[in-house]
Amino acid sequence: MAPAASDLRTHNYDVVVIGAGGAGLRAAIEASAQKAKVALVCKSLLGKAHTVMAEGGAAAALGNVMSEDNWRVHFRDTMRGGKMHNNWRMAQIHAQESPDRINELEAWGALFDRTPDGRINQRPFGGHTYSRLAHVGDRTGLEMIRVLQDKGVHSGIEVHMECTIVRLFLVSGKIAGALGYFRETGRFVLFKTGAIVIATGGIGKAWQITSNSWEYTGDGHALAYEAGAQLIDMEFVQFHPTGMVWPPSVRGILVTEGVRGEGGVLKNSAGERFMFRYMPDMFKGDFAETEAEADAWVKGERKKNRRPPELLTRDVVSKAITREIAEGRGTPHGGVLLDIASKQNPDYIKQKLPSMYHQFKELAHVDITKDAMEIGPTTHYVMGGVKVDAETQESTVPGLYAAGEVGGGMHGANRLGGNSLSDLLVFGRRAGQYAAGKRGAAAAIPDAEVEQAMRETLEPFERQGENPYAVQSALQAVMQRDAGIIRDKAGLENALAELEKLKTRARKVGVMGSREYNPGWHTAIDLRSLLIVSEATARAGLERTESRGAHTRSDYPDSDERQAREQIVIKKEGDRMTVRRETQPPLPADLMALIKEGK
Amino acid sequence: MAEQRRLRLFRGTRERGELKEYQVAAGEGMVVLDAVHAIQAEQAPDLAVRWNCKAGKCGSCSAEINGKPRLLCMTRMSDYAPDETITVTPMRAFPVIKDLVTDVSWNYEVNKRIPAFQPRKPDAPDGTWRMYQYEIERPQEFRKCIECFLCQDVCHVLRTHEKHEQFMGPAMLVRAAVYEMHPLDEADRRDYLRHEGGIGFCNITKCCTEVCPESITITDNAIIPLKERVVDANYDPLAALWRKLTG
Repeated sequence: MAPAASDLRTHNYDVVVIGAGGAGLRAAIEASAQKAKVALVCKSLLGKAHTVMAEGGAAAALGNVMSEDNWRVHFRDTMRGGKMHNNWRMAQIHAQESPDRINELEAWGALFDRTPDGRINQRPFGGHTYSRLAHVGDRTGLEMIRVLQDKGVHSGIEVHMECTIVRLFLVSGKIAGALGYFRETGRFVLFKTGAIVIATGGIGKAWQITSNSWEYTGDGHALAYEAGAQLIDMEFVQFHPTGMVWPPSVRGILVTEGVRGEGGVLKNSAGERFMFRYMPDMFKGDFAETEAEADAWVKGERKKNRRPPELLTRDVVSKAITREIAEGRGTPHGGVLLDIASKQNPDYIKQKLPSMYHQFKELAHVDITKDAMEIGPTTHYVMGGVKVDAETQESTVPGLYAAGEVGGGMHGANRLGGNSLSDLLVFGRRAGQYAAGKRGAAAAIPDAEVEQAMRETLEPFERQGENPYAVQSALQAVMQRDAGIIRDKAGLENALAELEKLKTRARKVGVMGSREYNPGWHTAIDLRSLLIVSEATARAGLERTESRGAHTRSDYPDSDERQAREQIVIKKEGDRMTVRRETQPPLPADLMALIKEGK
Repeated sequence: MAEQRRLRLFRGTRERGELKEYQVAAGEGMVVLDAVHAIQAEQAPDLAVRWNCKAGKCGSCSAEINGKPRLLCMTRMSDYAPDETITVTPMRAFPVIKDLVTDVSWNYEVNKRIPAFQPRKPDAPDGTWRMYQYEIERPQEFRKCIECFLCQDVCHVLRTHEKHEQFMGPAMLVRAAVYEMHPLDEADRRDYLRHEGGIGFCNITKCCTEVCPESITITDNAIIPLKERVVDANYDPLAALWRKLTG
């Protein structure tokens, strides 16, 4: 099935944004506001991106609920949550600009829950000192997507839906365009542009148990890597403490941290509220030490009492749950219990957590206003991603930008809940702004390169090979077993050996049927991205010989302060994935003082 | 423990297609989307189905199960008798692309034409507004919409009479209602709703409300109040007096 010239449609744009979640939409809106001609390309229908699944809220130091809050405290919480590994400048910009980005959404029609005096309400969340998350019940992401979607369609952005980008083109080392295909027809499309914003989200589909949808195959990470960009922090993959565990078909689906924010407690099979036993030194003194104190805080007495330990950062809670289960205190289905029924009344639960109520009732036949939920860790978010300039979001490849989950650095070794929805607004806007500033005629892409990329994309049709779903599922099993919450040298080396075998298998997969809406073919294409991000995670994980944040090595159980500011950088050299260490610049004295203030 | 279940799936395109039968091993708690995925992974890799979140939050996997509009991810296999064949077909109100996937682009076109949100001037000097929870509860209900378009699919004006050119359908009326009932909004969409939106075509059979997976009270809370606004806008007291005088 050789591609014919008639197979290819060509468009010219000032800026092409790949991915239409919160970051992509925000970038496109900003680029359009700067009068750029903008295309927004997405793998799914518009409005279906993973952002719709974000539940708890968007963190911004508005100070509406607790007036003591300000960007400095938010910055400090983010850095401490990230185990001091964050790009400090990104963490600073994020903390400073989040309030404006949230207020801007209100101006565009967002309906956040309100305080009694009519301002945007804010809820407490893991790792945040003060109540900080602007929210809409437990469907904050859906609200944000709708608002951005409506703002976007009225801004003149051209949307190309159900279109997968397979290749970026460089001319003289600069971005010149991207090749994609439409899922509906299987036909190719060439976007000629000098500025591309990658906003493709994460890589969670490389694991078996995940809260992520089929789209999360790390396409943006892989496209940038193939184009020569650097990836950083790929060892830091967040396992969210609370995913559903039963029945098997829903394993991994997210249970919002909002359940704990609203007072939900974690218990083991002996009925013990175990989180009191897992307080890390860094947070000693910041959290309640007795159940009575924690309960009083939940009831609203927040000045005299400290937060419940269930609101420790996600890395800490996930590891605690994993330990409880490993030591035999889990439930028969391999989870622990999350109980809000004994802490809040049914009406309150239904009002604050309506989709959780609905989700458990429909999918597990559990009424969360009466019974505890069975939960366990689930792959949720990758802190690592494309290395970008903090101010502009430009990668190490001129003309290539990254924003949102696919960008690296902002969250360090562990992301705080609520910092993702604000991250994608702050850095989506910046990426769109600077990408629009890059406009100019794009250099011509040699026809031969485009034709070769088309040929490679169609290759699976020419083979009577293995089913791509089998390879995908084998890859997920390897990553779950050898690159999960607890890692060691032997496991990671084994993962790399297995991934080599899977690369060979992936090159031989075959697909049947036509090019029209053919999921087998789409899966074969996605395998290339999955293999790259899996290898990057395993290599970076092997290189980091310490435990920090979300990266836990059983053979190096302690944090090594010498590695705190060291970044593992992944880059393609020839056909090889190279790994090296780079030391991040130190925090300026004034910001360092902010961190120490909180101790 | 896995029992064998029979499914019949529509396979084909706009031009031609047929129902094909498949057998699947059904595990505990399995939903229809899981069964479709199992068929895709093991028996028919080119079987087309749209899905994303698999948790009832994105509204991608809309189709018809035994003729009823449903989300495939929120319908459990155990809702059907063990010996019952479960038939899955694409939404009828939209053109088929392939297998279970339909062309829903019309909805996006309609949405573009709904007059945009226009807030009043900010209430506070810092550029922010004050709104109270009781004022926003109604539009917040509409914002629960996941755009699954099942209400469009069930609506007889679209499904049976194919009035897509004249009627925006319940999903887009809900979309307009968010802003119409938004406490900050100052735009007037009544003329749009009456003419281009064709709100008069709705004769309040409430099929949309029944089928909504988010339990939005579409007819009572969105459409009827919008109809009332449209009628009020077109109420002309002089004409009414004239009608009264002339009988």
